[in-house]
Amino acid sequence: MNRPNMAPPTMAPWPLVMLAAPLLPFATLDGTALYLPQIPAALALFALSVATILARRLPGSALGEALLLLAGVAAAYATPLVLLTQGHALAQAGGLWLSVAGTTLLLWRVLALLADVAGPVRLAGPALFGLALVMLWEILTRGFQVPTILLPPPSLVLTAFAANAADLWDDFRQTVLISVLRGYLIGCGAGFLVAILADRVPFLARGLLPLGNLASAVPVVGIAPIMVMWFGFDWQSKAAVIVVMTFFPMLINTLAGLQSAERIQLDLMRSYGAGYWRTLAMLRLPCALPFLFNGLKINSTLALIGAIVAEFFGTPVVGMGFRISTQVARMNLDVVWATIAVAALTGSLLYGALALAERHVTAWHPSFRKR
Amino acid sequence: MPAAQPAPLTLVPPAAEPAPRTIVDIRNLTLTYQAADHPVYALSDVSLSISKGDFISLIGPSGCGKTTLMRVVADLEQPTSGEVTVNGMTPEQARLKRAYGYVFQAPALYPWRTVERNVMLPLEIMGLPKAERQQRAREQLELVGLAGFERKFPWQLSGGMQQRVSIARALAFAPDLLLMDEPFGALDEITRDHLNLQLTRLWLSTRKTCIFVTHSIAEAVFLSTRIVVMSPRPGRILDVIDCDRDLPRERTLDIRESPEFQRIAHRVRDGLMEGHSYDD
Repeated sequence: MNRPNMAPPTMAPWPLVMLAAPLLPFATLDGTALYLPQIPAALALFALSVATILARRLPGSALGEALLLLAGVAAAYATPLVLLTQGHALAQAGGLWLSVAGTTLLLWRVLALLADVAGPVRLAGPALFGLALVMLWEILTRGFQVPTILLPPPSLVLTAFAANAADLWDDFRQTVLISVLRGYLIGCGAGFLVAILADRVPFLARGLLPLGNLASAVPVVGIAPIMVMWFGFDWQSKAAVIVVMTFFPMLINTLAGLQSAERIQLDLMRSYGAGYWRTLAMLRLPCALPFLFNGLKINSTLALIGAIVAEFFGTPVVGMGFRISTQVARMNLDVVWATIAVAALTGSLLYGALALAERHVTAWHPSFRKR
Repeated sequence: MPAAQPAPLTLVPPAAEPAPRTIVDIRNLTLTYQAADHPVYALSDVSLSISKGDFISLIGPSGCGKTTLMRVVADLEQPTSGEVTVNGMTPEQARLKRAYGYVFQAPALYPWRTVERNVMLPLEIMGLPKAERQQRAREQLELVGLAGFERKFPWQLSGGMQQRVSIARALAFAPDLLLMDEPFGALDEITRDHLNLQLTRLWLSTRKTCIFVTHSIAEAVFLSTRIVVMSPRPGRILDVIDCDRDLPRERTLDIRESPEFQRIAHRVRDGLMEGHSYDD
């Protein structure tokens, strides 16, 4: 919603819970609880946070207020990290966590303000949200000394990422650039072509659709070892698993898309004496595009899952699935997390690229059109 | 003064107008289809002959087969028995030769094409070069009063404008025969009046043969040279009314107040009554 001429909504009082923080200990040092006035660094940062709340009206614009409050949030999030480097323990620091909780509520307001700002600044909202989650993850895992086997802090994952960059790149190349890409293209391509065939030959569609339901119910951990036995350790077996997983979603979506052209539009093509292929190219495929993209998007995530799971059952000593299974066995959970991060990032980028292409190609569709 | 002198010789003798060429000839057309438990007689023994330059309206209540009749002419529906010729060919040959333009009840524009490219669609199928396609599309859009909307998408236009685009599309490849299936049925009355006026001007200037399906008596009388009154169950022709004798070819909206217009409208209504169209 655009509310250009309205004053920004008044602030909810919840972030003010942080004003109770000085009443509780902010850290413990060698078993002694320390309060805010006893730790100069924490006191300074806390004062900064409170000051930004008090001064929030000064900038006079939503964006200015958001930036000012953001500085307050950053100060509060920095406090535990500073205290940890000074050798404090934080597990019993009630006041500190209260201030972190209060500023997290303050971040809520920052995001709400940014959502109302016009222009590319809006995009900063989701990015800040993600960054805040990572920050909280870092603060909480380190503050409460969560064992790294259970959940390593992001900084440790990043270190592992940097230390193993060469391996991770090799894994990425083997799994994504070789197995996933080939399997995905073969699976989606075959699903698309067979759908066009099945659309022309009705008995094929009637025979294949029940098979599609069957195939989608087959667990990937069941087919993966079989495919490894059939096609060997290299990318061929991974591609085969992906083909099995992606073929039917593409087939079903394409078939539904081809049937989505309206009677009246088909009559129009017929009245022009247009034949099957011309009708397909000029009417039915454009109509099917939203369905095609649906299938491609579903398959982009399925393909990555398929390849990684299949690599558990045999692979040359490279690949994301191989890395996860071997590093778990060695308790190197930070490397596992780094691999998971690569996989998640890859999946999101693939999906995002497809969604962007869909927006571009089917801008005419009611779900995207702008007047 | 010319009035006092004998008429000067002209190349075409005024009395001997050439016999109008038959464009559509329908003989003993019957169309039945099998519903769940009984056969439905959509058309029963329909015969009709349409000459070049005619504007024929098919009027009747829902289910009287007027749309079906037109779809048979367009080869979108197969008759059970009887004969239909379009330009002396079977409907299928005529369709493949693109002898007619069809305007549907809904605009049926393709949302992924701009207005201009929608009008160019039949031309693309015919394989015309791009420059000519573009020029013809521009001309037709101008003819239906939509110059300047070439780059818009159909969903950016009002319903009346969309239907005008679909008329421009039907005219774009210059067919001699224009088939229109309740093209203005979904529009409000003011838009409809406006489009009726545009259509009658278009027909006068292009001299196309038109078959027009409608529910509206006023619309039928206003536009037509002949009105075909149909009745349902089974679909058949009740009456064919010649409007050309009493109404001028060039018509304006106020013609609807004239006694001639009222008389024809009355006769159409009588015909519909006779077919018990108001019973149910």
